[in-house]
Amino acid sequence: MKIDFQHNLAAHCENGVTANLLNFYGVKLSEPMIFGMGSGYFFSHMPFYKLNGMAVTSFRVWPGVIFKRVTRGLGIQVKRYKFRNPEKAMEELDHLLEKGIPVGMLVGVFHLPYFPKEYRFHFNAHNITVFGREGDRYFVSDPIMEHVETLSREELRKVRFARGTYPPRGRMYCISKVPEKVDVRPAIIRGIRKTAKDMLTIPIPMFGIDGIRFLSGRLRQWPVKLGEKSAILNLGQVIRMLEEIGTGGAGFRFIYAAFLQECAEVLQKPWLNDLSKEMTGVGDQWREFAVMAARCFKNRDKGQITYGQLADRLLEIADKEEKVFRQLRKISL
Amino acid sequence: MKIDEVPQDGAYLIKGKIRDLCYAVDKDGHYTSTLSMGWKPKNEAMQLAWEQVYEHVEEKRQLVLAGKLSPIAFYMELNIMTPSLLAEYTGYSRWKIKRHLKMKHFVKLRPEVLAKYAEALNITPAELVDLEKLREIVIKHED
Repeated sequence: MKIDFQHNLAAHCENGVTANLLNFYGVKLSEPMIFGMGSGYFFSHMPFYKLNGMAVTSFRVWPGVIFKRVTRGLGIQVKRYKFRNPEKAMEELDHLLEKGIPVGMLVGVFHLPYFPKEYRFHFNAHNITVFGREGDRYFVSDPIMEHVETLSREELRKVRFARGTYPPRGRMYCISKVPEKVDVRPAIIRGIRKTAKDMLTIPIPMFGIDGIRFLSGRLRQWPVKLGEKSAILNLGQVIRMLEEIGTGGAGFRFIYAAFLQECAEVLQKPWLNDLSKEMTGVGDQWREFAVMAARCFKNRDKGQITYGQLADRLLEIADKEEKVFRQLRKISL
Repeated sequence: MKIDEVPQDGAYLIKGKIRDLCYAVDKDGHYTSTLSMGWKPKNEAMQLAWEQVYEHVEEKRQLVLAGKLSPIAFYMELNIMTPSLLAEYTGYSRWKIKRHLKMKHFVKLRPEVLAKYAEALNITPAELVDLEKLREIVIKHED
């Protein structure tokens, strides 16, 4: 049995799954729209939270949040599941598929067979949609793959119950009810305000704009505190987070710029176009940072680029992002 | 980022299996999405991470062949796992796992225990105890 489900490519997995699911129910939104409306844009640097033994630097919100905020903003009802028992998780999935409901779910990428091997770290916040089953094979729409993939029952069970940092525990979600008329404009305003608020006002230095400054301060100390080799690895991890599949370039900054541009038209607010340009500038600066960092860890200029310079770069970026969000915060219908 | 600046540097060892969707500005200043074929700084960051993994694996291999560590240590590193992650997959305690990482405890393990480790490490129990195979494994990405 296979549900008639349209698979669309997206830069980021969660945006993609959300967009594809909404599309199935007749709500057509672009990926940047989903990302902005769901306040996907964020920054955090959390030394206490480790991935591959290093501090996590993240350019987006917690997994699952985008879907939650978009559906809530549009008044769409969803149902979400979490399981202890893998068998039950698979039975519930079969049950939903039989009713003709496509199901989004969280999986770990390490055991995902169709993924290229070099992306397969123990990373557990990948989203896919399962939309059908034929015997032992499940049809999978993975927004970062160009075509529809299939997984066996055993493989799917394994990735749904991957272990490690943030285990998915068979989490899955589906849409249960869509209102007849969907108004995107208030949802957009709410999304933008939420992002601006989170970026500017969280009183813990690890998050938002302050998080960038926090990272800058710590990065400056890395060679002294951690030693040259570990500093390089940590820097490498930041770049991987910035550019790893699914960011649409420069840690989601370009997607957000695209979102602002789309909003300028939808909301009839031309001043958002200017901010979109600023945001593009921020993205370009992040890219420059990545280029500099890559030189640094390849040691191509024989120590010409120091960690101090990289840290200064981050401070510039933080100032620029702050300026954009101070303006965005004032938005209203 | 302008649309003609979208990097097409070639993906690190992927050979076009995955292309990244990028958002970029076209010449009229409008955002569109386009596919990117890899970017050098990103590839280098990934390469760095994998080189690190391979280095650890190689170290472990030497220790296993010297009879100090058990093959579990080698395959654990090959799967980028830590004792605590392996503990979650097998259900054994971290303490026990660290013990089984030593060759002298490994040789006394019962077949059921070996099978459990083999499953968690994505190999067969026969492979787990085969030191010749361990010696010959080439640690590199197949391209």
